[in-house]
Amino acid sequence: MGKPGSLDQDFGERAWKGALLFESNFGQDMSASLQKTQSRVQALPAEWRDFFALTKPRVMTLVIFTAICGLLAAPGTIHPDLGLTAVLAIAMGAGGAAVLNQWWEADLDAGMKRTANRPLPGGRIRRDDARDFGMLLSGMSLVLMGLAVGWLASALLLMAIVYYAVIYTIWLKPRTPQNIVIGGGAGAFPPLIGWVAVTGEVTAMPILLFAIIFFWTPPHFWALALFVKTDYAKVGIPMLPVVAGERTTRNHIWIYTLVLAPIAMAPWLIGETSWVYGTTALVLSLLFIALALPVARRNAVMGERDPMAEEIRLFKFSVIYLFVLFAALVADRLLEALGLIGPGLLAGGIAG
Amino acid sequence: MTPEEEAEFKRRQKARNLVVAGTLLFFVALFYMITVARLGSQ
Repeated sequence: MGKPGSLDQDFGERAWKGALLFESNFGQDMSASLQKTQSRVQALPAEWRDFFALTKPRVMTLVIFTAICGLLAAPGTIHPDLGLTAVLAIAMGAGGAAVLNQWWEADLDAGMKRTANRPLPGGRIRRDDARDFGMLLSGMSLVLMGLAVGWLASALLLMAIVYYAVIYTIWLKPRTPQNIVIGGGAGAFPPLIGWVAVTGEVTAMPILLFAIIFFWTPPHFWALALFVKTDYAKVGIPMLPVVAGERTTRNHIWIYTLVLAPIAMAPWLIGETSWVYGTTALVLSLLFIALALPVARRNAVMGERDPMAEEIRLFKFSVIYLFVLFAALVADRLLEALGLIGPGLLAGGIAG
Repeated sequence: MTPEEEAEFKRRQKARNLVVAGTLLFFVALFYMITVARLGSQ
């Protein structure tokens, strides 16, 4: 992963042995702090609201939205009850993976201001209960998807859960500053699974939808990591700004933004969508590039008081970008189904 | 355990039981709907 003796490799070796934080002073402090809160809470049963909070409901809105978009944009039909079940199964799988993520990272969360009040570090749920809840939710989501929709969609859901809970959370996040790049794949599964739930096969379009979220994640998350980097540094997570510095992070944001643009346009270029999606993707991509440019060009070393306005703006826009892009995809399909628009520009051109 | 803690214990337990019961009922209804939908498509 990294050069021998590098910070990157040191992080990785410790994490892989399951002892990332226990070997360092701040790790012992956080672990002791977590144990204190854990022993304090045992007297009372956890509130159901805290179990719900463990599923990261805010993150799940994006998961549910992109899954529904994949489902609606796919060619073909699915019984509405089965479609809703597919979305429910994806949401349950994402929730289960989020619970397992927080179960594994309870020590880290205890040391970060942003996450210190989550149910586990806040001492409102027993750690073992969280693990069991995460496993139950994940298992049930797979069975539900398999029985109601199909086992290919269920297998993809299993891949997504393993990707997030094991490959990202346990392996990559504490091991390499490129964690976000490959970890972004976990969030890219929902539209792919939604699409496959309808068609029963993996084709170019669902892979493109996967690729859009995959390449969108690094600039989205690194923009966030730039203005909350002190938190990640505190708990020893090798986020790119912590390990490689701001300059490298800004360069990476710029490169991924440029790579994302043609991928976002690709569904239109290969004739799978009409100009409705195509022009929306073009405008959104230009805006993304315009907002990423000042972030990429900033050179000064930022101090504690720096408001990081450009980075916050890029982060907020990136969320809007994904919502609008996927909404445009669905709008495109609906308008085409109603006969109000023709086929994609390239396909139309070739056909003409 | 003080009387206040005991009351809180029972309140939380009751709330959790109600949520579990609601979830089970929801899944019974859901599996009925799935069965009807799957049989209808065959």
